[in-house]
Amino acid sequence: MLYRTAGQFKISYKADHALFPVRQDAYLLGFVLLLAFVVFPLTASEFTFRALLIPVLIYSLAALGLNILTGYAGQLSLGTGAFMGVGAYACYKLLTIFPEMNIVIAIAMSGFFSAAVGVLFGLPSLRIKGFYLAIATLAAQFFLVWLFQKWAWLYNYNASGAIQVPNIDMFGITVAGPRATAMTQYYFVLGVVSVITLFAINITRGRIGRMWKAVRDMDIAAELVGINLMRAKLTAFFVSSYIVGVSGALFVFLWRGAAEANLFDIPLSFRVLFIAIIGGLGSILGNYLGAILIVALPVIVSTVPATFGIPIDSAMVEHLNVMIVGALIITFLIVEPHGLARFWAVIREKLILWPFPH
Amino acid sequence: MELLNAIFVKPFADMAAAPDFLLQVLWEGLVGGVLYALIALGFVLIYKSSRIFNFAQGIMVVFAALTLVGLYEMGVPALLALPLTLGVMLLLAISIERVVLRPLVNQPDIILFMATIGITLFLIGLGEIIFGGENKVMITEQLGIPTGSILFEPFGGFVSIEEKDLTAVIGAGILVASLLVFLNKSKIGRAIRALGDDHQAALSVGISLSTIWVIVWFIAGVIALATGIVWGARAGVSFALEVIAYKALPVLMLGGLESVMGAIIGGLAIGILEKLFEIYWGQPLLGGNTEAWFAYVLALMVLLFRPQGLFGERIIERV
Repeated sequence: MLYRTAGQFKISYKADHALFPVRQDAYLLGFVLLLAFVVFPLTASEFTFRALLIPVLIYSLAALGLNILTGYAGQLSLGTGAFMGVGAYACYKLLTIFPEMNIVIAIAMSGFFSAAVGVLFGLPSLRIKGFYLAIATLAAQFFLVWLFQKWAWLYNYNASGAIQVPNIDMFGITVAGPRATAMTQYYFVLGVVSVITLFAINITRGRIGRMWKAVRDMDIAAELVGINLMRAKLTAFFVSSYIVGVSGALFVFLWRGAAEANLFDIPLSFRVLFIAIIGGLGSILGNYLGAILIVALPVIVSTVPATFGIPIDSAMVEHLNVMIVGALIITFLIVEPHGLARFWAVIREKLILWPFPH
Repeated sequence: MELLNAIFVKPFADMAAAPDFLLQVLWEGLVGGVLYALIALGFVLIYKSSRIFNFAQGIMVVFAALTLVGLYEMGVPALLALPLTLGVMLLLAISIERVVLRPLVNQPDIILFMATIGITLFLIGLGEIIFGGENKVMITEQLGIPTGSILFEPFGGFVSIEEKDLTAVIGAGILVASLLVFLNKSKIGRAIRALGDDHQAALSVGISLSTIWVIVWFIAGVIALATGIVWGARAGVSFALEVIAYKALPVLMLGGLESVMGAIIGGLAIGILEKLFEIYWGQPLLGGNTEAWFAYVLALMVLLFRPQGLFGERIIERV
C-alpha cells in the first residue's frame, strides 16, 4: 500500500536502469535530503552539529570508501585510519605551501595523495589474498602512523607534533578553524558527502562496479572471463583510498580542528570497519545507517541513565560504551550478518506487499 | 656514499666491535620472539581448527593476566589464583562458543573475524569495569618465579640475563613441547587436526564441533595466561598489553596461518630481527621506534614471494 510499485511500468531499458526505478525511493530520498539540508540546520543546536551530525557524515564517507574496497571489490583492509591520516596531512601541507588555495580544491587534491599511497599498498593484493592481505594492510597502518610521528616536515616542525587547523575563508565565509560556525561546517561537509555519494552510487552500478563485484565473488573466475585483475583491484584501491583520504581531510579540517598522529591509529580503522560491516558490506545506504548507530551510541549511553536519574560517572560510561559496542557487533552479526542495509531491504520488500502476505 | 656506508657497513662494524652488546640484543630479541611465538600459537590453534581469525587473542592475554592479578589483590593466595584464573578462561571459552560461535557457524570468514573484534571490545569494557583501567604489577615473586639476574662476561664485556626471562623462555619451551605432543599424540589432538582438515568429514565420524571448539579456545586461553604472566612480568599488566596482538599478526603472515611450526620459527625470527634492526638501523638512521612496523614490512616482503607464508598450506584455488 505505502510502497506500491504496481502501475510503474518501464517501457525502455533506460528507464529500467534509472537511478530510482521505483518512484517511492526517490520521494524517500528527497525527504531525507530535505531533512538534512533544511530541517536539521533549522533545529539543531551547536552540540548536535558537533557531536552527531558532522561526525555521522564524515564517518559515513570514510565507511563508504572502505566499503568500495571491502564490500564491492572484496579486499579486506584494516588500514583505513592511516589512509584518512594521509588525506589529512596532505591537505594540511597543501594549505601550508599554498595558503591562497581554495579549501575545496585542497581537500579534493589531498584525496589523490591518499589514493596514490593506497595504490602503493594495494600492490601486494595482486599476490596476497584474504587474511594475509588484511594483515598486509596493517603494515600500511603502522608504517604510516609511525611516519606521521617521525617526519616533522608533515606537521611543520610544531613542538607539539600536532597539526592545528587555521581559520580558512571561502568566499568571505570562514569554513574551517576555530572561528567557523558549526552550521557552515555542516553544510560544507554535507555538500562534499552528497557529491561523493552520488559519484559512488554511479560508479558501483556501472561497468567498473560490476568488474569489482566479479572480482569479489571469485577472482579466478573473473580473470577467466577476461577481467583484468590488476586493473580491477588497483582501481578499487584508488577510488577507495581517494574517498577515505577526503574523509580524513574533512575529519581534521571540518570537525576535529587539530590532530595528532595517534588519532589515525588502529582504533579509528576499526571504527570505520564496524560502520561498514554493521551497515552492510556492499551497500551504499548501509554506511549511513552504520555511522548513525556507531556515532549515536556513545551519546545515548551517556545520556539515557542520566534521564532516568541513575548516577553514572564518565569513566564508567566509557567502559560501558566499549562493552555495549562489542556486544552489539556480535548481536548484529548473529541476527543479520548482512547489516542494517539488509534490514531496510527486508522492510521495503514487506512494505511493497503489505497488507498482503505474498 | 655516506648513506650506503651507514646502511651496509657501519651496523656490521658496530656489531663486530661490541660482540657482548650484540649478544645482549640477540637475547632481548629472543625473549620478545618467544612471546610473539606464544601469541601466534594461540592464533594458529584456533585458525587451524575452526578457520576463525581470532583477533581476541591479544585481549585474552590481558584478561587472563588481569584476572590473575585481580584475584590476588582480592586476597586469594597466588598459587590458588592460578587455577582459578584457568577456570575463568575455561568459562570464557565455553561462553564464547555458546554465545558467539555457535550461532555463527558457516558464516563467511570476515563475519567471524568481526565477531572476534566484537569479543575484543566486550572484554576490554568488561575488564575495565571489573578490574579498573590502571596499570597493575604482575605477581611474579608470589608465583615463585625468580627475579634476579645472571651476569655473563663473554668477549671481555658483559651480558645480563634476567632470571624471569630465562624462566619464561624455558617455560614457553615446555608449554610448546607439551602442546605439540598433545596435538600429535592424543585423541583430542587428532580430533582438532581432523577438524582443521575438513569440518564435515570430521563431523561425520562423530567429532563434536562444539566440544572441540571449547577445548581449543581453552588451550588458547592457557597460552594467553602464560603469555600474560611473562609479558606482565616485563612490562606490567595493563590494557596497553593488547598491542602485542598486533605484533603477533606479522608472525602469522611469515609463518603461515595454519602452521604451528611456522608460528614458533616466525615468532623467534621476527623477535630477533626487529630488535637487531631497531638497534643497528632504526635508531641511528630512522629516528627509532621502528619496531612498530618492521615486522609487518618484513612479513610483507616474504609474502610477495610466498603468498601462503613460509610454512603455510599451499593455496589451491579451483573455479
